[in-house]
Amino acid sequence: MTTDITRITPRAPRLPVSVLLAGLSLGFYIIIALSTGETAQLSPSGILGLFQRMVALGLVAIGQTFVILVGSIDLSVAALISAVAVLASHVMQGDPTMMLPAIVLCLGLCLMVGLINGALVAYGGINPLIATLGTGLVIQGVLAASFGMLQGAVAREFQVLAYGGLLGVPYSLVLLAALSLAAAFVLDRTLFGARIYAVGGNPDGARLAGIRTEQVILSAHVVASLFAGASGLYLAARLQSGTPWIGRDGIYDLESIAVTVIGGTILAGGKGGVAGTLAGVLLFASLDAGFNMLGIDAFLKQVLRGAIVIAAVAVHAVRTKGHVA
Amino acid sequence: MTTAPQASALPRRPARIALNAGLVIFVVLYAAIAFIQPNYLEPGLFMNFLRRAAPLVILACGQLYVILTGGFDLSMGAVATLVVLAASILINGDPETTWAVIGALYVMGIAVGLVNGLVVAFLKVPSIIATLGAMLSVNGLALAWSGGAARGDLPENFRNLGRLVLRDVPFVGTLPLAVIVLLGFVAIAWWGLNGTVYGKRALVVGDNPRAAELAGTPVAATRILAFVVSAVSAVTAGILLGGFSGVSVNAGEGLELQAIAACVIGGAQLLGGRGSVWSAVFGALSLFALFTLLNLLGLPQALRDSIQGAILIAAVGATVWRGRRRA
Repeated sequence: MTTDITRITPRAPRLPVSVLLAGLSLGFYIIIALSTGETAQLSPSGILGLFQRMVALGLVAIGQTFVILVGSIDLSVAALISAVAVLASHVMQGDPTMMLPAIVLCLGLCLMVGLINGALVAYGGINPLIATLGTGLVIQGVLAASFGMLQGAVAREFQVLAYGGLLGVPYSLVLLAALSLAAAFVLDRTLFGARIYAVGGNPDGARLAGIRTEQVILSAHVVASLFAGASGLYLAARLQSGTPWIGRDGIYDLESIAVTVIGGTILAGGKGGVAGTLAGVLLFASLDAGFNMLGIDAFLKQVLRGAIVIAAVAVHAVRTKGHVA
Repeated sequence: MTTAPQASALPRRPARIALNAGLVIFVVLYAAIAFIQPNYLEPGLFMNFLRRAAPLVILACGQLYVILTGGFDLSMGAVATLVVLAASILINGDPETTWAVIGALYVMGIAVGLVNGLVVAFLKVPSIIATLGAMLSVNGLALAWSGGAARGDLPENFRNLGRLVLRDVPFVGTLPLAVIVLLGFVAIAWWGLNGTVYGKRALVVGDNPRAAELAGTPVAATRILAFVVSAVSAVTAGILLGGFSGVSVNAGEGLELQAIAACVIGGAQLLGGRGSVWSAVFGALSLFALFTLLNLLGLPQALRDSIQGAILIAAVGATVWRGRRRA
């Protein structure tokens, strides 16, 4: 009896996947650094640099994890990141007193986009791929058409978010760590988190258990949009001003989905978590840094990246019993 | 006794609805084009419209095969880019080699399709991730091969496939070669889905892979073949694109999403089980008519994306709404 209970501890086998993935990524990074003689990359500041590569993609990917867990998907994040970065720099115009209004306005925009996405998916019954592809296209188009009128730059004080730090640790990393912990706490320890897993695992079962599945899906989309907004604000701080293409050029939509799935979250929903996603982001960051140290040609890098995405997902997908589409 | 007529009426119903959705949108949009620019009603301009829409229609037909079996193919645009760049590098202005190179391009395309299919069917990687990986790899390969810029040259006989217009054809006046390719491809795609067992298998696999397997359908082979058809369509579209817009490193950018959008606008159901070649054809024609209309209205290029997005949501929303009302 007791053995049965210990054997079905939920999500216990998940942790090793993320730890394994993170260990492999760091191992790859260290081996490359040692073999190319770039030992400066192994100093504390080098390692912090590696982690800082994770921030932009990490923030989006945490949000993406929420929607994928609930059985949906969000392709509009790339366009939303661009919109937030452009809006933030336009509202601030280099004026530090406008920092707070700009942040509030940006997060308000994200809230609205998240609500629209969620409403289309949960209440409209529209396939999430199409619904969020559509809203992403709408945002991208409006942004590109009006960019001429939306120029500006963020305040110098705002750039502290990307370049400043506390005791040598960049604020952006503190932000990523804090938000990751908060997300993990919400998923593992709160009722909302339990409902997300329930709805993603079996929507009909969740509905029969009295969960308002539409509300849970809607909330997950709002979370994803807010995280995309945080990523957009970080990018605006790092680049000083946003352009309508920073989200699309970073392929944040597809890459955030890729790292989430690499981290062991199932596309159908109901299984996975933030730790795996962060390990996936660390893998991408280590690969990027490693390829740079090796001096691999940018195009070849892309070829390898594509192959690694497939291989990394295949490692745990290959054991799937049923069919996937 | 009473169930017999119902049974014969049921299978036809989804097909008719799928046809209506795409066709109606296309006719409305084309009527709007003709209202602004009446000479679009002349056969010559209509043929020219079809010629420019040909790559998208062909891509949509290929994508439809994958969508019917329940997947997505995000690698099409990258394959089309690879085809355009590879053709110009391999042929390099020598018309003698054109046909051999076209053969080689199809081999490349089929290889990409096979890899996609094998990864999805046997490694169980969801197609959206598998073909995303293929998209990154193929795009990187194309750019690495060409050094990141268009080089080489396409000879006249290659470009004619997309560009040549036959004059003095009875009934229609002018007939672009690309339209003949288009009609041929659509006919083969239609035959594949309606004239062979494969068409039934694709629908069954998309609808319920587990049930299909229990009924003896070769699920893996059906899936793999769908990805191969999709890649072949991407090669064909790439050849036409190289013909009329020349060589560029972003020749195929974004085409994969347009092809998916076209199928969905035409009434094909994502995640499989429903749709016909007509949903792909008329969905793609609708989308292209929309682009043409927005150009004629003089809207900024960028707003094209916005309106495409809104139409996409509206088209799927309408399908969902109709479905709910019937239920």
